[in-house]
Amino acid sequence: MNNQDILFKPGDFELVREDQNDFVDEAYAKESYWRDILSRFVKNKGAVIGLFFIFLIILMAVVGPGMNEHTYDSQIIQHQNLAPRIRAIESLNIGIFDGSEKMSTSTGVVEVNKYVNPEKETGLENTYYWFGTDVLGRDIFTRTWTGTRISLYIALVAVLVDMLFGMSYGLISGYFGGKVDMAMQRFSEVLNGIPTLVLVTLLIIVMKPGLFTITLALALTGWIGMSRVARAQVLKLKEQEFILASKTLGAKDFFIIFKEILPNIFGQLIIMSMFSVPNAIFTEAFLAFVGLGVPAPNASLGSLISDAFKSFTTHPYMIVFPVIVLGIIMLSFNLLADGLRDAFDPKMKER
Amino acid sequence: MENRKPLLEVRNLKQHFKVSRKFSVKAVDGVSFEIYPGETYGLVGESGSGKSTIGRSIIRLYDPTGGSILFKEADISGKMDKKTEKNLRMKMQMIFQDPMASLNPRKKVLDLIALGLDIHHPKMDPEERKKKVYDILDLVGLSHEHASRYPHQFSGGQRQRIGIARALVMNPDLIIADEAISALDVSIQAQVVNLMKEIQEKTNIAYLFIAHDLSMVRYISDRIGVLHFGHLVETGTTEEIFENPIHPYTKSLLSAIPHPNPVTERERKSMTYDYASSGIDYSKGVLQNVGGTHQVLATEEELQRWTAKG
Amino acid sequence: MNTVEKETVLEMKDLSISFKTSAGEVKAIRGVDFTLYKGDTVAIVGESGSGKSVTVKAIMGILSGNETVNSGSIHFTYHRGDEVVHEDLLKLSRNEMRKRINGKRIAMVFQDPMTSLNPTMSIGAQVMEGMIYHHKKSKAEARKRAIELLDLVGIPEPEKRMKNYPHQLSGGMRQRVVIAIALSCDPEVLICDEPTTALDVTIQAKILELIKEIQKKMNISVIYITHDLGVVAKVADYVAVMYAGKFIEKGTTEEIFFDPRHPYTWGLLSAIPSLEKTEGALYAIPGSPPNLLHQVVGDPFAPRNLYALNIDYRIEPPMFKISDTHFASTWLLHEDAPKVEMPKQLKERIEGMRKEMKMHGK
Repeated sequence: MNNQDILFKPGDFELVREDQNDFVDEAYAKESYWRDILSRFVKNKGAVIGLFFIFLIILMAVVGPGMNEHTYDSQIIQHQNLAPRIRAIESLNIGIFDGSEKMSTSTGVVEVNKYVNPEKETGLENTYYWFGTDVLGRDIFTRTWTGTRISLYIALVAVLVDMLFGMSYGLISGYFGGKVDMAMQRFSEVLNGIPTLVLVTLLIIVMKPGLFTITLALALTGWIGMSRVARAQVLKLKEQEFILASKTLGAKDFFIIFKEILPNIFGQLIIMSMFSVPNAIFTEAFLAFVGLGVPAPNASLGSLISDAFKSFTTHPYMIVFPVIVLGIIMLSFNLLADGLRDAFDPKMKER
Repeated sequence: MENRKPLLEVRNLKQHFKVSRKFSVKAVDGVSFEIYPGETYGLVGESGSGKSTIGRSIIRLYDPTGGSILFKEADISGKMDKKTEKNLRMKMQMIFQDPMASLNPRKKVLDLIALGLDIHHPKMDPEERKKKVYDILDLVGLSHEHASRYPHQFSGGQRQRIGIARALVMNPDLIIADEAISALDVSIQAQVVNLMKEIQEKTNIAYLFIAHDLSMVRYISDRIGVLHFGHLVETGTTEEIFENPIHPYTKSLLSAIPHPNPVTERERKSMTYDYASSGIDYSKGVLQNVGGTHQVLATEEELQRWTAKG
Repeated sequence: MNTVEKETVLEMKDLSISFKTSAGEVKAIRGVDFTLYKGDTVAIVGESGSGKSVTVKAIMGILSGNETVNSGSIHFTYHRGDEVVHEDLLKLSRNEMRKRINGKRIAMVFQDPMTSLNPTMSIGAQVMEGMIYHHKKSKAEARKRAIELLDLVGIPEPEKRMKNYPHQLSGGMRQRVVIAIALSCDPEVLICDEPTTALDVTIQAKILELIKEIQKKMNISVIYITHDLGVVAKVADYVAVMYAGKFIEKGTTEEIFFDPRHPYTWGLLSAIPSLEKTEGALYAIPGSPPNLLHQVVGDPFAPRNLYALNIDYRIEPPMFKISDTHFASTWLLHEDAPKVEMPKQLKERIEGMRKEMKMHGK
């Protein structure tokens, strides 16, 4: 106790309070739940990058097809199998994107440029196909972005349906439990046992092949995962005291499911959806590859890859661009979903 | 004892839980007691005694296996008609043990407290709704600005007050406090208990106070019931139980309460009581009256033995 | 603590611990000193968030990754054979702590007997484990000692129980097993972190009596962490009351219960309902414990202190000496402070206790 270190002020030793007045409790912590999540999300570099690329790709899917003068379905046979050529990069003279491609022939590797031939007139000197053309002379650049549009559309619609239906299914199954739960779960297990390929093939046989059919097929098989997540979350929350409190106040079952439980599991559902998108896109690509994709002249990333696969050894540039776009979409959504998951549920690093 | 009509009458309540085809857990096995308007009945027991189960059976979170429960003279133990059910849900409320889990983390305090209003009076004018909530916040010692916050921004004691506010908004006649203070710090327990007493003075509400802390139960209760293994072994007014405990379990329970007096406490040894080896069979006993409202679960022979020793 | 020079076993000086959370740095312990003498029982009393558990975790060296010791020392004195060793536990690495100290010289009993025992190991194996590891006992020796220990802690038919698994025992039994494990290596210090909070009150009394008995027999020094003043009254020789990461009052049990000086201690004592009178409201400390994320200016108890002085909001009070053993950190003990007495209710209760003791010839 060093009196000399402390400078006492007059009035220091007077009581602050005269008597027991009514204490009103102050609130404790000041962070908001969403702000917390946002700050955690932003700190995750991967997630932010993923989000950025998703926006970029969506942007390109919107404006891409209109960026040049070619359309996605115009077939000009004279323009078939042209290599990528971009004016800006061509003038840099670095040897790529200048319309030339290396081809392996029986006599060795030969560099061919169909656009500009010093020996004769090609008529293509002023034509630019940024990603090249395919075997029917269609602009790959425009088709890539049109394909992206369609792939994203299919995926998002499928995931939306999955979320709405799968979520409700899981919520009801989990909340009511007992016989209801048992019946619902057995049903979904049986359905889950049917291979996706079989289901899709059957659908395509029964209905016309097309955008709607594919979307329906994906929706029919994807909802089970969502329902399982929703059910698990409900089971976790069902016995919590705030649910019991609602019951004792007289809340009806559906009130409790949608007003009390749903807001608490929404985060998990969003995360699950984010993970489902790349799954859906990939499944669609796979189906297209197997020949069950959108019919020509429509394109999806999968069908583009499937078509370009045939020319893989001769004109590899045809497959490269759709593959890259597909890869970026899947990686970005995975990073985003991962980041969301960590933001919503920080692991107990702090314990 | 005046001839008042009991607010809550529990007769031979049984609550069994089926664990497997052959085996059920008999959590509550024939419990009877009454609660009169405006009084506090303390239900005391240790883990496995069935006290929480009784609370939840009464408020119909479980469906009773047997016996009857009369609330304001209407039978709420079986299938209820709409009117009885509505009455039950409005006039009997519960406060829970865990301050963290008893509030929906995604709801603002305003909506949490107004839950009862939203369910039973969905068309209420929003201004009136807000005012009702503010009035209750005043009653429990929280400020109006707390209404726009979320549960995680409050301490345990404050959350418990919010839980109490939620229970009070419907003007209930009976509140069941299921270990409502057990999870709180000692000084906060005192705050909450004081609050509950204050509210009782203002509104003449009755409490069923379920707890294992005998000193708090003694402080707040008018009458007490002692539970052991699903049976009510002794009941009476607080004085009757504390001054003249008769059942050996009650005696051992009382002897185990720590006294905050270091000098005497150090020397004191608690009494042992082991049901398995005591030779007592609760299912054979009958509630016997031993004076006033004091009753003990015993056979004739046991009662003779216990009261003779004095 | 009178005539005989007591041997110091544990000496904690100026311990400061903080930990990082996503919301910032929390100063959990802000300068704590205390001394444990041989054979004594010290109780550290506080509410949740006071920091009492973190303090003993520091002694055992089991702080979590994001908790850092900012300053201070914990000196532990023990006998290794004939020599007396004196070391600063904070300077030892985790490995050294595990090899030489944990379980061997300082043992800990945790709050929840359900999670303290390994559900996949038999009771016997768990009791024997420490002895085999630390004392290099043979299996046969360890087994014999394990049975003795189970008997010591009051488990009936100990040989049979050796083969049991934790889920086959009741809560009280499990806690006894935990105590047996703690004692298996003859530690010098036993730390009990709320050992009876999760148990029924009838079992609680028995466990406390058991620890007392053992302590006398084996001359162990015990540190109790608790928020229950009834427990303190029963077992402690010395009490340290903690609030917001610092000790605000220290003294012998008699001094704390019969002559408390800090308003927080008054609040804690008053909050226990008296077993006699049941009228009037319980004196309750208003408000809630402080959020240690925010920098503390002055006395952290001031906002809840009905007897706060203006200076409490500026400068944190130092420890004032009341007697050789009794200290309190409140400006009310300063010579210039107004004379403030403890609340009437508490005063009357203490008077009542004194009368009661006179009647029993104490």
